[in-house]
Amino acid sequence: MPEILDTVPLQRDALDQGHVSSRELTTASLERAERCEALRLVVGTRAEAALTEADAADARRSRGESLGPLDGIPALIKDNMVQHGEPTTCASRILESFVSPYDGAMAERLAAAGAVVIGRTNMDEFAMGSSTENTIHGAACNPWDVERACGGSSGGAAGSVAAGITALALGSDTGGSVRQPASFCGVSGMKPTYGRVSRWGLVAFASSLDQIGPLAHSARECAMVLEAICGHDPRDSTSIPEPAPALEAQLSGDVSGLVIGLPREYFDLEGADPAVLERVREAVDALERMGAKTREVSLPHTSYGIAAYYLIATAEASSNLARYDGVRYGRRVSASDLGEMYRRTRSEGFGDEVKRRIVLGTYVLSAGYYDAYYRKAQQVRTLLRRDFEQAFEGCDVIATPTSPETAFRLGEKASDPLRMYLSDVYTVSAPLAGIPCISVPCGEAEGLPVGLQLIGPALGEAVVLRAADAYQRVTDHHERRPEFAL
Amino acid sequence: MSRISPEEVEHTAHLARLELSADERDSMTRDLDRILDYVASLQELDTDGIEPTSHPIPVPTPLRVDEAVVPIDPALAISNAPQAEGTAFVVPKVIDSEDEG
Repeated sequence: MPEILDTVPLQRDALDQGHVSSRELTTASLERAERCEALRLVVGTRAEAALTEADAADARRSRGESLGPLDGIPALIKDNMVQHGEPTTCASRILESFVSPYDGAMAERLAAAGAVVIGRTNMDEFAMGSSTENTIHGAACNPWDVERACGGSSGGAAGSVAAGITALALGSDTGGSVRQPASFCGVSGMKPTYGRVSRWGLVAFASSLDQIGPLAHSARECAMVLEAICGHDPRDSTSIPEPAPALEAQLSGDVSGLVIGLPREYFDLEGADPAVLERVREAVDALERMGAKTREVSLPHTSYGIAAYYLIATAEASSNLARYDGVRYGRRVSASDLGEMYRRTRSEGFGDEVKRRIVLGTYVLSAGYYDAYYRKAQQVRTLLRRDFEQAFEGCDVIATPTSPETAFRLGEKASDPLRMYLSDVYTVSAPLAGIPCISVPCGEAEGLPVGLQLIGPALGEAVVLRAADAYQRVTDHHERRPEFAL
Repeated sequence: MSRISPEEVEHTAHLARLELSADERDSMTRDLDRILDYVASLQELDTDGIEPTSHPIPVPTPLRVDEAVVPIDPALAISNAPQAEGTAFVVPKVIDSEDEG
């Protein structure tokens, strides 16, 4: 191929013009995944199946048929989304041997859109982490600086897009797991409104927070993917009974009169990297020059977000992960009695961070502590939700940094769980409120990407994407690539 | 003052069917102590009368027609079983022999 086709529009144009086939794109993605093996971004590929699907896409194209804008486009899914006949490890020893007997909703939706899943991406075990270091596959390395973390937990997905392995990937976001790695790796990543995307076949971490979202270079590509994956699914009881919204058509590039709220608590945060804040202010200035207005808003309970998040997420995780008992699937460590089998299976199968969260979650749900911890956190969640509702009475979107820092060094926070948790300060509130949000690249600090986060009201994907896309029409941060990808 | 003791950690781990080595128990006690200290900040907030949020975007309980369906072929459902017999999962014996029959 004459050039690297690493975005969906480039790939689609080349396909439409007959310059390239889906088989060639798929082969290139598979080769690139192999060439990037040392970064541990992709943990498994399905070359044969992917090439068969690519051939089917090429056959459709030759007949003048199309399943839509993603037809024939290679994609990656996070290693916590099941696909029939493929392993799903969740980066955990306990699921190391698991092969899915069915297609999850994402495998179905991508197939229905003609996208070609080439494999699975690295992640923190059961999506618990902010660095993609807690993984049986080995820590993922950031293509911008291989000694630094990709962020997490969808670090492999963000790194794969940054490294040009595929143009798009699906991640899951519970407290920032799509947006923070997108920020660290200089790509765009969106968490839609809770309930927009079916979680049928997504391995559950914290059920009242988990939501699947796309990662790609641009907001426009995120819109294209969301159109393909959103929409009601009766198999997920939290699925919003509404059809997928038309999103790409609403990317008008027009932000005149759009009111951008700037939460003072986010910009006054002690310990945030001043260069990160500066890049985000410059991004807001760019939107203002296009006709958007800004106003200061207040989200007064922001500083309680992490505490509420870690109590709710660990409580739900302790319950969700009770299913890994060595009976029906996954690893079993044999023992003569059932209780011993459970204990040995779980103790040998889970990593340290997962065990820590299970014990914390079990503790905060246990008799005598439930009201003080879990119920209290759910009440604070109400306060956080109201903060956003009030703020959105005076603005259309909220702009913040995605992360208080750029990609940290591998190992830097690995031994300090609380410090790792605090790196999620800007990302945990939106999922607690269930609202949509995106991270888009907005420049660099000392050579490392910085992310701008745009948050919208519930079901407000369109306005979030319109603002992000408008910003990307006048800036080129999303077009920068790490040297690794060149 | 510590918020959680090594004994409480061990007891909680047992409830979650986890076995911790002495080292694991001690380091987990230190980590959880710091985390519980951090989350104690929530107690500063007066939340009397505030409804807890369990689902951020509530949707009405979805109902379906009460019809029997086969969601997955039992042979496939059991394909990942560590030990199986026919379409049954095999586990160590739970009931003592004298309790049987």
